Amino acid sequence: MAQVTTTQQGAQYRRSIIWEWITTVDHKKIGILYLFTSLFFFLIGGILAMMIRTQLIVPDNTFLGPATYNEVFTMHGTIMIFLAVMPLNAAFFNFLIPLQIGARDVAFPRLNAFSYWAFLFGGLLILSSFLFGAAPNAGWFGYANLTTLTYSPGINVDFWIFGLQILGIASVASALNFFVTIINMRAPGMRMMRMPVFTWMSLVTAVLLMLAIPSLTIGLVELTFDRYFGTLFFEPNAGASVVLWQHLFWIFGHPEVYIMVLPPFGMISEILPTFSRKPLFGYPFVVYSGIAIGFLSFGVWAHHMFAVGLGPVANSVFATTTMLIAIPTGVKIFNWLGTLWGGSIVIKTPLLFAAGFVGMFTIGGISGVMHASVPVDYWQTDSYFVVAHFHYVLFGGSLMAILGGIYYWYPKMFGRMMNDKLGKIHFWTVLIAFNMTFFPMHFLGIDGMPRRIYTYPDGMGWNFWNMEESIGAYFLGLSMLLFAYNFIHSLRSGEIAPADPWDGRTLEWSIPSPPPAYNFAVVPTVTSRDEFWEMKYGSNEQTADQKTNLNPTVEDERHIHLPPPSYFPLIAAGGLLGMGAGMVMHGDGMAVSWYIFGAGILVLAFGLFGWSFEPNH
Amino acid sequence: MARGSGWLKRAVTGACVALLVVILGGCSFFGGGPQSVNHPAGSNMQTIWNLFVPIFWMSVVVFAIVQGVLLYSVIKFRRKPGSPEPYPTHGNTKLEITWTIIPALVLAVITVPTIATVTDFAKKPDTGITVQVVGHQWWWEFDYPGEQVVDADEMHVPIGVPVYVELRSDDVIHSFWIPKLAGKQDVVPNQHNHLWFTANELGTFRGQCAEFCGEQHANMAFTVVVQSQADYDAWLAHNKAPAVAIPSSNDLAMKGQQVFFTAGCVGCHTISGMEVNGVKALGDVGPNLTHVGSRTAIAGEVLPLTQENLAKWVHNPQAVKPGTLMPNLGLTQEQANQVAAFLESLK
Repeated sequence: MAQVTTTQQGAQYRRSIIWEWITTVDHKKIGILYLFTSLFFFLIGGILAMMIRTQLIVPDNTFLGPATYNEVFTMHGTIMIFLAVMPLNAAFFNFLIPLQIGARDVAFPRLNAFSYWAFLFGGLLILSSFLFGAAPNAGWFGYANLTTLTYSPGINVDFWIFGLQILGIASVASALNFFVTIINMRAPGMRMMRMPVFTWMSLVTAVLLMLAIPSLTIGLVELTFDRYFGTLFFEPNAGASVVLWQHLFWIFGHPEVYIMVLPPFGMISEILPTFSRKPLFGYPFVVYSGIAIGFLSFGVWAHHMFAVGLGPVANSVFATTTMLIAIPTGVKIFNWLGTLWGGSIVIKTPLLFAAGFVGMFTIGGISGVMHASVPVDYWQTDSYFVVAHFHYVLFGGSLMAILGGIYYWYPKMFGRMMNDKLGKIHFWTVLIAFNMTFFPMHFLGIDGMPRRIYTYPDGMGWNFWNMEESIGAYFLGLSMLLFAYNFIHSLRSGEIAPADPWDGRTLEWSIPSPPPAYNFAVVPTVTSRDEFWEMKYGSNEQTADQKTNLNPTVEDERHIHLPPPSYFPLIAAGGLLGMGAGMVMHGDGMAVSWYIFGAGILVLAFGLFGWSFEPNH
Repeated sequence: MARGSGWLKRAVTGACVALLVVILGGCSFFGGGPQSVNHPAGSNMQTIWNLFVPIFWMSVVVFAIVQGVLLYSVIKFRRKPGSPEPYPTHGNTKLEITWTIIPALVLAVITVPTIATVTDFAKKPDTGITVQVVGHQWWWEFDYPGEQVVDADEMHVPIGVPVYVELRSDDVIHSFWIPKLAGKQDVVPNQHNHLWFTANELGTFRGQCAEFCGEQHANMAFTVVVQSQADYDAWLAHNKAPAVAIPSSNDLAMKGQQVFFTAGCVGCHTISGMEVNGVKALGDVGPNLTHVGSRTAIAGEVLPLTQENLAKWVHNPQAVKPGTLMPNLGLTQEQANQVAAFLESLK
């Protein structure tokens, strides 16, 4: 790698490693930055989860007071959604999409770097609230009018608003980038219906992000105006309907669920065929059901609002669309089972996580159908039944698949294998601890325990399962430490990975592990789905030498045009951070705040200006 | 092969038995609490539960099929030394159509009663009583329109009579939930929501706010007392009456009354029909205290109502319920004891 960067674009001096990573526009390095950053945020979100479970372990506990507990559960949700699961998916978009479609980089490499830095700074802005003792405390959903100045006078909500705005910019920029990359940068012959399913699901996700995030942005802008400039969007005494916020939030918030779970669907659709040694069953149905989910996801938002009082007609319509979206989801599950059926299944860690995903996500899907029945939802909403449901979707679903994806693509990313034996122990302990933690939440839902309560009295019949869940959660935390050990230890000491450790089917396995900066020495010409598998085992005539040396490295890399490194994306993102921090300070009444905000604008403008006029070859 | 399938049979049987143990174990571990929904005591929750049970059993079937096929595949088709390469099936359109249509039919079966029930819940019953519920941070107010009865944290309803609940919020969004009697309905400022139920069991039922509403969301509980029509009428008549006079023999309460009417309590609380030195208690920010002594709990059910607990509460509200909007009026312990005795006597 080192000689690649020194020779890249004729740069004649050797840069330091840190400078190299700060200025990188290489999608693989950005992917790895996303991976490490989001795993760090995931660790913090996990620690917060342990604090929640510790507070709830016994009735009338005083480990956390109400104010702290509300901050902790708000930050747990916000971090896990915006700073862990979404950017973990982004890590895979970055690393994999160009490799899967046979491209040398993304369409806009510097925009890609900008997305990463904006994500990092947005995350740090939200997290910095802990240092000021003012962490967001109105829930990750931030229902108005609890978030207005009257009921949330501190700067807690301001950190949340501006952190999310910066993260939103990062997400939309990144989505735009991957949308254009997938549409325009495919290798010759990589038709849409030959694309790997992970790339397909990422494409749908990119569209969802571009259309969903703006709705949240609008809601946050309105809230900003209410809090800073005295507008009355969410002031009931002035005649406002506070339900407006919920519509804006859930028009973002429901597609958001699929933004978090469609890329994992894609990962599963890569892992299961590889380890079953069989093509994905019903490829077109898996792709079309993903697209159908994408469309329908914009038509189900009010199922989060059945108890809000929208009236029987609206509730019936949204119940029906919610039932509808279960159909393509079910189709996917059946096709994954069809892929396993009749296969020759190699039991390795990624396969275990993928199979675990199918099992656990199904439970979350089934309980989702229960809530789709409006009257049943009148009982289950805002109870622990729902907490069980979405942890089956987001942990049992998204995270299980992402962990499987990390085990699967780790050798490609770092050139070393993770330990399979430790991985299997990790899988079984996660599976057991996860179910210990979250399955009994269904029981607590039946026992009428509401969500988001910092304590509960004795004698409610909730003691046993809360205790048991907390023990499960600690067990789950320990199990994730095993993963952390395996991940870190394997970076230096893992077995050296071959180019194609799993006998893979898609193009990323045709190039060395880790891939060279230019990815493909020769841009492949694609002739079929599962292109690499066909190259290896297909009917096309190839010599033994060609089959074992499909994508050789090139001797002289200087002939391959790659975008030069740039620090302007970092500067531009830093400007956004300055603007966000300035606004938060203004919320606190600091006189210097407008100067910081203004400085942020200037830095942003400088970054964008430099970026625009930077020679790129 | 025969040996292999015997092993498989044992594994599947084992898994089924384990599943059954978990389900039955679960059953014995839930369902006994004051907010458990599986033995409803009200018409609304009964309807929901009757809708849930068939959906639950359909879910069990789907669950068993998916998990069964998954486990079977991973065990049966695992790669063994010398396994032949699998046949590269790309799919099967007939199968795809089948597993699209069957779930669609199952979901349609669920959708029909869902919509019928939603419509039924939205109707206003022709007979029965109406109760206006107002959500406050963090306590509940119950008004009985036409009866001049205003109660806090305790709702009384007659058995067997439809209760039409009108929901209002005085501040942020809350959600009104009596798990054993009815499903939730959000309490939204500037919006007129309602729900109705008929209680069909005598007794007390705990309810609780279900929408996150700020610092003390957890301590926004209330009690529903389901009474016979006669008891309910008696309760109404008693609560309609102005506050009882404090017997002059109760020295502590008499002193407490003085403190109450001078320390600032009257700014937020109402005690109807009582006047001390020309001061009336007409505040409408906090709970109406006209008959507070007859209630069972205080401060959103944080503490049972006893003289000792009342003293603790008025002496330092923040210590009892951190974040509560009730201010600390700086009463001495002695004054707090007096006020507690006064309030306790307001039966």
